[in-house]
Amino acid sequence: MSNLLEATRVTKRFGGLTAVNDLSFSIPRNSIVSIIGPNGAGKTTFFNCITGFYVIDEGDIVFDGHSIKGKSPDVITKMGIARTYQNIRLFSNMSAIENILVGMEPRLHSPWFGPVFGLRGTKEEEEKANVDANQLLNFVGLRGKGDTLSSSLPYGDQRRLEIARALAGNPKLLLLDEPTAGMNPRETAETTEFIRNLRDEIGITVLLIEHDMRVVMGISEDITVLDYGQKIAQGPPVEIQGNSRVIEAYLGRGAAGSAQLSLKHQEAA
Amino acid sequence: MTRKEWSHLIRIGLLMGLAVLVVSVIGMVEKFNERALIVGYLTLGQLLLYIPALYAGYTSVPAGEHRAMPQRLLGGVVVGLLAVMPVILLILVASSWPGIRSYFVNISPNMVKILTAGKGVGPGIGLLAGEMAALGLIGAAIHLIPDRIRKPIVTAIIFTVGFALFSDVSLNIANQLFARKTVRVLFGTKGITPLATVIVFVISLVAASLWTWKGREAYARRQANMSSEQAKRSQRIATTVLMIVLLTLPWVLGVFLTDVLDRVGIFILMALGLNIVVGFAGLLDLGYVAFYAIGAYVTAIMTSTGNLGMGLSFWLAVPVAVVAATMAGIILGIPVLRMRGDYLAIVTLGFGEIIRVLVRSDLLKPVIGGAQGILNIGRPTIPGLTFTTPQHFYYLILLACLLAWFISGRLRDGRIGRRWMAVREDEDVAEAVGINLVITKLLAFAMGAAFAGLAGSLFAARVGTIFPNSFELLISINVLCIVIIGGIGSLPGVVVGAFVLVGLPELLREFDEYRMLMYGALLIIMMLVRPEGLWPSPITRREMHAAEENAAAVEAEHSSDIRAAVEG
Amino acid sequence: MTLTQRLRGIDWISAALWVFRAVIIILVIVGTVRKLFLGVGTQYTTQDWLDFISSGLSQGGLYALIALGYTMVYGVLFMINFAHGEFFMSGALTSTMLVASTLSRSGFMNEQPIIYLVIVTVAAVLTSMAVALLTERVAYRPLRRAPRLVPLITAIGASFFWQYFFRGLFGSEIKPFPVPAILEGWITIAGITFLKVRFVTLVASLIALILLYLFIMKTKTGKAIRAVAEDKDVATLMGIDVDRTIAMTFAVGAGMAGIAAILWALVFRQAHFYMGFVPGIKAFTAAVLGGIGSIPGAALGGLFLGLIEAVGPPLFLEGLGIPAAHQLKDVTAFTLLVLILIFRPQGIIGERLAEKKA
Repeated sequence: MSNLLEATRVTKRFGGLTAVNDLSFSIPRNSIVSIIGPNGAGKTTFFNCITGFYVIDEGDIVFDGHSIKGKSPDVITKMGIARTYQNIRLFSNMSAIENILVGMEPRLHSPWFGPVFGLRGTKEEEEKANVDANQLLNFVGLRGKGDTLSSSLPYGDQRRLEIARALAGNPKLLLLDEPTAGMNPRETAETTEFIRNLRDEIGITVLLIEHDMRVVMGISEDITVLDYGQKIAQGPPVEIQGNSRVIEAYLGRGAAGSAQLSLKHQEAA
Repeated sequence: MTRKEWSHLIRIGLLMGLAVLVVSVIGMVEKFNERALIVGYLTLGQLLLYIPALYAGYTSVPAGEHRAMPQRLLGGVVVGLLAVMPVILLILVASSWPGIRSYFVNISPNMVKILTAGKGVGPGIGLLAGEMAALGLIGAAIHLIPDRIRKPIVTAIIFTVGFALFSDVSLNIANQLFARKTVRVLFGTKGITPLATVIVFVISLVAASLWTWKGREAYARRQANMSSEQAKRSQRIATTVLMIVLLTLPWVLGVFLTDVLDRVGIFILMALGLNIVVGFAGLLDLGYVAFYAIGAYVTAIMTSTGNLGMGLSFWLAVPVAVVAATMAGIILGIPVLRMRGDYLAIVTLGFGEIIRVLVRSDLLKPVIGGAQGILNIGRPTIPGLTFTTPQHFYYLILLACLLAWFISGRLRDGRIGRRWMAVREDEDVAEAVGINLVITKLLAFAMGAAFAGLAGSLFAARVGTIFPNSFELLISINVLCIVIIGGIGSLPGVVVGAFVLVGLPELLREFDEYRMLMYGALLIIMMLVRPEGLWPSPITRREMHAAEENAAAVEAEHSSDIRAAVEG
Repeated sequence: MTLTQRLRGIDWISAALWVFRAVIIILVIVGTVRKLFLGVGTQYTTQDWLDFISSGLSQGGLYALIALGYTMVYGVLFMINFAHGEFFMSGALTSTMLVASTLSRSGFMNEQPIIYLVIVTVAAVLTSMAVALLTERVAYRPLRRAPRLVPLITAIGASFFWQYFFRGLFGSEIKPFPVPAILEGWITIAGITFLKVRFVTLVASLIALILLYLFIMKTKTGKAIRAVAEDKDVATLMGIDVDRTIAMTFAVGAGMAGIAAILWALVFRQAHFYMGFVPGIKAFTAAVLGGIGSIPGAALGGLFLGLIEAVGPPLFLEGLGIPAAHQLKDVTAFTLLVLILIFRPQGIIGERLAEKKA
């Protein structure tokens, strides 16, 4: 099967509001795929459906050949989906390294009572976890900051730490919710490069929600546009840029012409 | 002095005056006056009057403000006099209207006599006012002494007063070590003699001076220069010394104090358990006493030789009691798995109350004895010894506490500890990084309940008879307070907390009526002054710090949370 | 979604909770049926049942009045004010000791019973308010930004402090509360006979509840309280003094507790320093039953709790053949609390506040 994730006709309602409506969506293996859309389009809700925060009302989501419908977030994470959050949600009173160690949960298997009896397996697993966590810390460029309290790290470092925590569980699919929000152009460029490396070097499939069009257009192979919970367009960046429905959704009818120009301009820059 | 300074003085003075009035009106002064601190010179009741005046004088100069000496001293006298005003009014009212006693039971002629030092109303008031003004003056003057000298003196005074207050401890020890005659020279029936006061003061003054002038620096230097090898060795030595002290303690302290230690130990055991639930996993449990009760009742039923019991061995009962409490922890844990914060606290409180009422009711009387309780609970035996005295039980309880400490520490530092911490920080994210909330939370409840069950089991065996009213909501609250006052999530904190909240009140048992009053005041003051606890864990210290500084940031984050929710 | 799909979606925890709920409901139904149709246990006359109901309702009115304090404070601060029961106690005890006993000794009580009741109530209300304001100022206000456990502990501390403060002030014995002669005996209305005090209690608490509701909905202070409950920051921007409003909330809640205190003393004819604890917990239960944060909810929750407590034990507990069922009154109350919190945390009415803020 070529698609890592296959969502078919997913619908999620909150009371009278349909946040995600009849959405079909697929992520090929080893790709970088983006979801864009105006505020309130249902992007984060869809993320929450994939990660099991919300139970979907209709449709099905199949990940790596198994349905994840109705499964709890921890089970889904153990199947290989990890995520970051739009507003960073680190364990703020834990150190950077502790955050990563918690992120390793999906691949730790020693019994809880191991430390009490000093079991060898437990000790070895913990030691290896510590080594791996430090490697991961270095990988995301936080060398030497392992003992820093995560809430006292600078903003950009917090974003990177959150990605490191997500990577710690060896996910197959990484969901990034606005990873460059609040970053300056240089940091944004670094992060974009970093995401590309994740795919190219480690082979992780990435699903991205992003507002910064430069990032989206620069690294995505496929873009899905949501508006009012519905898919209004899908295709490679070049197609999406020229799609008048997309521009309409973002800027309203009539603005389409000028917006098209500005998007093109952005890409050129 | 400016108007602002005057209003500061008046506020402090009257506030302390109110404090003096309160302790007098509710009878604390009268009751505490029966207790000598320095035989013939100072009673605890007098101390109660003097401390507010001293404190008023001390705080009459706001920290960080520089002011001329005469003004400072004048301020001290003023607050001292203000602090005495309300109580002078009280003396006048009480001495001219004896009928007031039918309204306020504790405004008695004896109280007036104590306040006026038995010298009649007029001269007495003059004397009291003079004393308080002098104390205000002294309080203000303390600031004038240079740091180097002030610190040792204040330390020595506090230590001496503390020594006199808890003279029972040293008296019990002295009784075991010295002849009666020597003891008589140093201790009264309550409190210590002037001679002992001088000795204690001088010794503590010398020690405090040496520490302030030389010791602290030398110690810091040695610590800094120690190689890791040396550090390890000194830690090993410290541990060995501690173990020896712990093992010989009951024989040094005598029966009475060991009994107090046993009570403290049982609370340490419970608090170590609740610390896992509240401190590590962040689940606020107010029905904790239920598991203690289950442990106690299972042990009682299995070992009692009375008509309700089975007369089995204690050693057989302990594991069964622990398992039963653990099962109960899991069963009561299931319905509350999805609850958070306050709701969790309320439901657990509800469970605790349900169990308490059931234990007391006629419904279960045929099994657990109802209000009459269970008598003749079997004592633990090992070949050649039956556990009967507090000293015997001390070792049993010590063993249990060490075990609980060891298990708590190991779990906290291991994988499950990290999971608990993550759940405590952010449940949703914890679940999203692959933590199974059900297992993680139930493990916390189960471990906590197991420790409480063990504590209950030891309690039952120690007292020999259990009644439903040993398992009030108050126990849950007490244990929670131990965990929080000690420092939430901190193992040494639990021990310190138990000694402060269980040990000290036991030693001051003669003031039973005012025990809970002081307990309540202590809780409030502690939370205002030192919310992180007496011996906080590193995490709590971070958290409390963050809470103050980042309050605004958190709020901002909160609103963006809402925005995110709206957007989703 | 088909039924099988839906069933597959249920995990074992939900299943366990459903079993728990089913067991309780079955026990209640079985008990009721056995009592009413098979005649298990003591047989009660219609008058007996009416007595249970009327005393339950009047007790419920008292719970409702006390519950208001919990619910209003929770509304503005999201904190469980554990010391609220002591506000209630302080009013009852102080009024009994300083005012009621004097007025009854001088004979004023039976000469002017109405004025007597007004005076003792005012005294109780003022005391409760003073104690509440002092507690708020010293033990809660400095801790607005502290982690949630911290004010919980100070509340517990304040509770102990006040109990033993008033014990020191007035002594530890149970004090008789003088009841005017006009409230003795029974009254018959529409063919139903009530104990007079019970009737007065119910009517008085209903009036107080309605007045409070009007106060909250119509007056400027009431609107400020609602604004602060909704959003403190926005309220500040609107020019509302948040600290003052929170203090007002405490004062109003404590005032209601003061009224309840006198009604309670009329019914039970006594006051003592420990009397705040049980009503406190019960009223708190009532507040949660109705949906904490909601004022009509507190009223409904109180009445409902009073009723269940009074009727439950003779009805379904005796029906189950439980000996001395009245002892399990509290079990009924707390089981109800636990059930409500598990299955309908937002209470009978009211929105789900705690989830959002926890």
